[in-house]
Amino acid sequence: MIKSKSSRVGDYIIAFICLLLMLACLLPMLNILARSLSSAQAIIRNEVFLWPKGWNIEAYRFVLTDSKYTWSLIWTAILTVICTIVSMTMTILCAFPLTYDKLKGRRFFNTLIILTMYFSAGTIPTYLLLKDLGMINKPIVLIVPNCLSVFYMIIMRSYFYGIPESLRESAEIDGAGPIRILTSIYLPLSKPVLATLSLFYAVGRWNGFSDALMFLGNNRKYYPIQLLLYNIIKSITSIEVTTQEGFATPGLNETIQAATVMFATVPILMVYPWLQKYFISGATLGAIRE
Amino acid sequence: MATTMLAPKSRSFQKTISYLRKYWTLYLMLILPIAFFVIFRYIPMMYIQIAFKRYSIVKSPWEMPLANNHGFEYFIKAFANRDFRFAVRNTLMLNLLDLLVGFPAPIILALLLNELPFKRFKRVTQTVAYMPHFLSWIIIYGMTVHLLAPTSGLVNIVLGRLGFEPIPFLNNSTLWVGTYVLLGVWQSVGWNTIIYLAALTSINPELYEAAAVDGAGRFRMIWHVTLPGLRPTIITLLILSLGRILSSEFDRPYALGNALVNNVSNVIATFVYTYGIRGLQFSLTTAVGLFQSVVCVVFLFAADALAKRFGERGIW
Repeated sequence: MIKSKSSRVGDYIIAFICLLLMLACLLPMLNILARSLSSAQAIIRNEVFLWPKGWNIEAYRFVLTDSKYTWSLIWTAILTVICTIVSMTMTILCAFPLTYDKLKGRRFFNTLIILTMYFSAGTIPTYLLLKDLGMINKPIVLIVPNCLSVFYMIIMRSYFYGIPESLRESAEIDGAGPIRILTSIYLPLSKPVLATLSLFYAVGRWNGFSDALMFLGNNRKYYPIQLLLYNIIKSITSIEVTTQEGFATPGLNETIQAATVMFATVPILMVYPWLQKYFISGATLGAIRE
Repeated sequence: MATTMLAPKSRSFQKTISYLRKYWTLYLMLILPIAFFVIFRYIPMMYIQIAFKRYSIVKSPWEMPLANNHGFEYFIKAFANRDFRFAVRNTLMLNLLDLLVGFPAPIILALLLNELPFKRFKRVTQTVAYMPHFLSWIIIYGMTVHLLAPTSGLVNIVLGRLGFEPIPFLNNSTLWVGTYVLLGVWQSVGWNTIIYLAALTSINPELYEAAAVDGAGRFRMIWHVTLPGLRPTIITLLILSLGRILSSEFDRPYALGNALVNNVSNVIATFVYTYGIRGLQFSLTTAVGLFQSVVCVVFLFAADALAKRFGERGIW
């Protein structure tokens, strides 16, 4: 199609807007990166913008040697791996049987599950149940109570629906049972959705803090990195943010805080672009069937 | 006689046996997920009765005595509570602003991306725009402080150098609301385009060609072809957003809020946290949670019914 001059100008205007959007997304990250690599003095003198000033990696060395930080990072990583495995197992176990039209009671199971999307008991009843189960203040409370998301289960189920039924039927004729059909047909064909949902679950756990805040009490040993970060940021910035005059914040603390933010974001930022192709289809699947 | 009576019965019995022999593993797989939903999603509903009872730590919910005013004591107390009234107001206000600003934003961005002729550039833009979705609100709060704090924030440093007064983005109530809403857009606009971009691919290209033949320019094509193509998606998402108008996020207001802006940052979820988990007023906060859940369901049905009245498909 031949484009008129004015529409070509329009294309560049749109591209410019997109460029501004990209800058809006990237500049805050660059600012944090610059701060994490700057000297305390430069930060106190408000000299750091997008490029580190008074280059030093003291903050990173501190975070990597201080046991409170290293343990929190390691613990959150372990927790994320455990939660992702548990959640994926539960999601597969839930979604696969529900794809069988012949399954007796399928409607009942589906209704039972979908209803929880529309009506939830609320925070306090859940809290009281967890208390009665003896889970409060224990690390298990970060794993089990939210290990299965209905929304992600629906995404998985719609992906399974997309696999031709003839494959399953011919395997059944060959005498394969559901477990064999799942492991040798469905799972190998579902790599995109498995990757997508693993990413979603992992990001959710890595970024989550409200369950730790509400259910872990004072068991600080098991605070995930986000909650630790929150406490650090609040303690540093409470003076800065809550007073109009605003005292200058202690420089080294601020570089440490910036370095912690980098540690907490970089793992995700390294992974998600590679999975983009997959999660786009995953996110769309869920939306259509909701 | 007896055999004819028995024969169909035993045949159906045999059918059940062969069905179970073939599919019992499916039920085995479902045990854990169903147990999960029953234990962690349905059993908590049993505790909802605490909203109508006087909470006692030593009794089971069934044994607790009924609260005053035929059990509605805590609902009355909630609405008499100034913090709660503020929380309801703030929840509605922040959600409405999110709807007003945050809902159209991804539609506009999707339209822009759809018009971009540079494919590689488009892909890069998308990847970068998805990034904020993967950041936790704690991290975003950390960044925001670095950017917007009154003295050490990047924006205020720049403003200061240009000779302007610093702007208290985070500790003035009105400005905080603006910051809250804009950060929400920043975080979700890219991610929320995904669904619209997917819907755009299903628009028949012949429609564009026909429009071009009729001499339609870029804007007329967007108005007459692209937007009508997005209509079902927009309506569905609008219903869901309206249904969530009284539901409240916890992470975002909790992370971004501070003591100076409590009057606007306190929402229902943070109210439940402070009064329930920290203040141990379980009956009161269960009542609040129940109120919220019921209103959410009612709103969702109402929005769905409204959409259907206007001839749309709805969500069921």
